[in-house]
Amino acid sequence: MQGGLGTAGSGGGARGRGSEGRTRAGPGPDALCSPQRMTDKCFRKCVGKPGSSLDNSEQKCIAMCMDRYMDAWNTVSRAYNSRLQRERANM
Amino acid sequence: MAEPGGPDPAVSELQRLVAAEQQRAQFTAQVHNFMDVCWDKCVDKPGSKLDSRTEGCLASCVERFIDTTLSITNRFAQIVQKGGH
Repeated sequence: MQGGLGTAGSGGGARGRGSEGRTRAGPGPDALCSPQRMTDKCFRKCVGKPGSSLDNSEQKCIAMCMDRYMDAWNTVSRAYNSRLQRERANM
Repeated sequence: MAEPGGPDPAVSELQRLVAAEQQRAQFTAQVHNFMDVCWDKCVDKPGSKLDSRTEGCLASCVERFIDTTLSITNRFAQIVQKGGH
């Protein structure tokens, strides 16, 4: 990992709807979640054999995928933050 | 106001802010890396919410990835030491 285990900044969390449906304070998801990576992941999950346009199910899947991606981002952020705090406590 | 012979507090404050911002950027970059690996491992078809199994998988994925990094780093250091290269 670059730089080893650093400390987490307070800006590490993304705002977005968690699975519980609450909104969190902090920078908006656009600031942190790269649309480029989201596109890559959601295309792979949602689009099968590419047709002449995105059908309804694919569009719905993509919309859900974006939300889940941001949820996952929050989960991963929290897990990383916890681990950093634990490591710092052990030093 | 800077005290004669001492560090300028404005400079120190700026350094502190820069360091904090760098840490934030590092954290975000690391989360991007985790997401790259863990999304594929843990999420099948995106649903209307993340179920608890998926959330658990994502959290475990982060932990195990860090454990793996530490294992490899330590073992690699040993190899390098023994090899003397």
